[in-house]
Amino acid sequence: MGTRRISVTVDGVAYSDDVEPRTLLVHYLRERLGKTGTVVGCDTSNCGACTVHLDGRSVKSCSVLAVQVDGSDVTTIEGLAQNGELHPVQQAFHENHGLQCGYCTPGMIMQSVDLLKDNPDPSDEEIREGLEGNLCRCTGYQNIVKAVKAAAKAGSVSAGVAGGAA
Amino acid sequence: MTAVDETTGAKEFGQSRRRKEDARLITGRTKWTDNIVLPGMAHLAMVRSPVASGTIASIDVADAKTSPGVLGVWTGADLDAEQGDLPCAWAVTPDMKHPRRPAVAAGRVKFAGEIVAVIAARSAAEARDAADKVLVDYDDLPVVLDMNEAIKEGTPLVHEELGTNVNATWIFDSGEAGTGGNVDEAIAAAHADPDSLVIERTFRQQRLVPAFMEPRSTVVDPTGEQLTVWSATQVPHIARFLLAVVLGISESKVRFIAPDVGGGFGGKIHLSPEEVATVLIARKLGKPVKYTETRSESIQSAHHGRDQIQKITLAAKKDGTVTGLKVDLLADMGAYLGLVTPGVPILGAFMYNAIYKIPAYQFKCVNVFTKKVLTDAYRGAGRPEATFAIERMMDTLANELGVDPLALREKNWIKHEEFPFTSVCGLTYDSGNYEAATSRAVELFDYEGLRREQAERRARKDPIQLGIGISTFTEMCGLAPSRVLGSLNYGAGGWEYSAIRMLPTGKVEVLTGASAHGQGHETAFSQIVADQLGVPFEDVEILHGDTQITHKGLDTYGSRSLVVGGIAIVKAAEKVIEKAKPIAAHLLEANVADIEFDSGKFSVAGTDKGVTIQEVALATFAAHNYPEGIEPSIDADATFDPENFSYPHGTHLCATEIDTETGKVTIRKYVCVDDIGTVVNPLIAEGQVHGGLAQGIAQALWEEARHDESGTLTTATFVDYTLPTAADMPFFTTDMTETASTSNPLGVKGVGEAGTIASTPAVINAVVDALRPWGIDDIQMPTTAQRVWKAIQGKEFDASVGAKDTRDGSHEAAPGNGAPLWSGNESGGAQ
Ligand code: FES
Ligand code: FES
Repeated sequence: MGTRRISVTVDGVAYSDDVEPRTLLVHYLRERLGKTGTVVGCDTSNCGACTVHLDGRSVKSCSVLAVQVDGSDVTTIEGLAQNGELHPVQQAFHENHGLQCGYCTPGMIMQSVDLLKDNPDPSDEEIREGLEGNLCRCTGYQNIVKAVKAAAKAGSVSAGVAGGAA
Repeated sequence: MTAVDETTGAKEFGQSRRRKEDARLITGRTKWTDNIVLPGMAHLAMVRSPVASGTIASIDVADAKTSPGVLGVWTGADLDAEQGDLPCAWAVTPDMKHPRRPAVAAGRVKFAGEIVAVIAARSAAEARDAADKVLVDYDDLPVVLDMNEAIKEGTPLVHEELGTNVNATWIFDSGEAGTGGNVDEAIAAAHADPDSLVIERTFRQQRLVPAFMEPRSTVVDPTGEQLTVWSATQVPHIARFLLAVVLGISESKVRFIAPDVGGGFGGKIHLSPEEVATVLIARKLGKPVKYTETRSESIQSAHHGRDQIQKITLAAKKDGTVTGLKVDLLADMGAYLGLVTPGVPILGAFMYNAIYKIPAYQFKCVNVFTKKVLTDAYRGAGRPEATFAIERMMDTLANELGVDPLALREKNWIKHEEFPFTSVCGLTYDSGNYEAATSRAVELFDYEGLRREQAERRARKDPIQLGIGISTFTEMCGLAPSRVLGSLNYGAGGWEYSAIRMLPTGKVEVLTGASAHGQGHETAFSQIVADQLGVPFEDVEILHGDTQITHKGLDTYGSRSLVVGGIAIVKAAEKVIEKAKPIAAHLLEANVADIEFDSGKFSVAGTDKGVTIQEVALATFAAHNYPEGIEPSIDADATFDPENFSYPHGTHLCATEIDTETGKVTIRKYVCVDDIGTVVNPLIAEGQVHGGLAQGIAQALWEEARHDESGTLTTATFVDYTLPTAADMPFFTTDMTETASTSNPLGVKGVGEAGTIASTPAVINAVVDALRPWGIDDIQMPTTAQRVWKAIQGKEFDASVGAKDTRDGSHEAAPGNGAPLWSGNESGGAQ
């Protein structure tokens, strides 16, 4: 199997790598770059555990090929905090107990950041619909919704990096 | 939350501390098993049988062996001599039938998804490529899927060598046990008495998938003296023991580690075939090996939960007094027995009587083998099934008698002043206050208002019908008193272990055998230790999940971590203080008898002389100056064996709306008031309730593992097995009442399973309540729109149904009894 060279910036660091055309972005991130904060929860693109930001928008990194991100900018959960400061959405998940086992959490947080970027003041219903692609088996979602609401109140979009810009 | 004994100086107990473990989980610095990479590590892929039942006619591995990157291919036949027999720890009866369970099937396959060959390759992708090249020919054998079929004479056997498809028949009879009357007599008496009635119903507990979000993963490093196994497991200690037994290796040569684990819900309680296979291949290759399952593999081959048919007979007087309860179960084991598979229905056996004073009771369970993946513990394990059955029956009885279902419950439940109460099963419920929890729930729910609205909607034949469902539950958890487990023939005890290490810098390391996977142990246990030892919360480090750090433990399941593991920590802390006292006395040049300990300080009674526990720890470490005849250590450990189960309880109220045009069920309101005794951390406790509710509601409304007639699981991905999303879930109103447990020094009760146990019947009772005008008295789970829509087709709507007991919010007494019905007066708040 041949490989292709890609250049990509991940969490502010530029990488050039030869990848197999079939390699998924999530596997590239985890296995090649050691970005193990991004996880895999399914094989049908249903769970959202693998959500990252690609050029500032959330994507399920299990449904993107590594070769597709050539020339792009990727932000993972590991690149969300800036200068040792948690992103307001991270802080809100902590404050509101929006996680238990934490497996869905990286994807949930990345998706929430994206949601708030589009809609800085969402209703409960809009939050629930905006997170529909992210499954959590632990929390029953109530505290996740609460966390996103709290982050919205804290003005996360203006305060935080809404993904992408490295 | 103020139920803290002020005299102990407790400062942390009852605080909603934000969790310590979050820091790594929200930043992606978590250590999941699949993250582990070791030099030269090989990766496994499993070849799984697509057929549920057959003999393996041939396996051709030639192409797989020469596939790029492949390091080896092994079939069941290749591994059979050394793979042993995966164990079941619970021989529920002396004559229980126990089939051999190989890690990799050799010769025969018994469920779709069973492993038939293992590939090792240099990358996971190469291993999967090679797995696709293994050609297996199966000669089909008959499938046995239906439990009622399976137990009939002449049905093909799942395991021919056992001579039957019945795994075991287990009976509890209160008459025989001397804990109550004879149920057959009670039922016969009710039949003969015009002032009594007998109700019989059959309920189906569908199969569920635990669906922890982190797929199971195992890494084995065979280099060094000890074999090291990292695994996404709930039970590192049990798994180490079992691995040693299965493979005939010394327990001391195995180190089992559960790093961060992404949920379990019972689904990760086992030594799995995949774990055994990974160990075997690592030993063969002499290098580290990793196996991580895909989601589809997980749904197909990790154990399922529930899957019972429950035939319930209830006898009662027409005044609403229940006089007898008889339970006949069929429980699907699947094709094999896992760690506690045959015991799961028995964990429910003592809970059908629930919070009620039922004078005569019998439980009979027939465990059945079928050609499906095995069942085993799933959140609640046996108790959700029991609670569902009794709470459905109480609603049914109320409907038959035309009385308010809450009032009927109150008539039968154990009154607050009757605790401690010995149940018809012989269990002693230590404490409870069903009145208080119910009053609070009724108030928060606006029970009367919703009943009124329901009557109005019925009267005007509104296209949206409203139903109200009740579940007043209790459960037995905090597994478990070792002697009780012994009497049930379980293979282990139910104690827990803890050790406390006082470091010279004043920091405290706490070891616990309870291994967390999302519950927040690190935070809650730190709070307990901070209070016990008077040290800062931040200075406490909770260590768990590694058999070389905590050499013994019985891990996490059955809502046991706090009520058993937490108490072990308290006991260890008490020993630390006792060991520190003579050293403190020595440092203070005082008499040990005069030393008092409070809030982290040892002082001499009646003086202001004192020394902190941190100072004692440092002095003990230096060991320059300590009393003769004692060891220079204040470290201590403790093993705590509970004397009783824990009996949390609560009242859950659910209002569902049913769109009569589409059949769609929507939860309009969900209120629960749980009583879990005193609460260490309300924020964490509430989170446990939320998660439990979600899983219980999901059973009622959405989830079901389904097989086609050939035994193929047709719900093997997240596309078909529909976990609820944020958009599906309702908002929950939760609250707590506090009735301290009298069985442990903290007054705490378990909480992990409560929400799941209580919620399913609350929802189904609400759905049925909405459907009563059509004469519907039961509906099978999950109550999908299609199922509900079908149920009402062609049926007449009778708007007068149930109207008599709900008008004006004042319930009429049941015909001819005059007993007080539920008014909510106790709280003074239910208007
Ligand atoms: S792993 Fe990407 S959606 Fe599940
Ligand atoms: S916190 Fe465990 S899956 Fe969401």
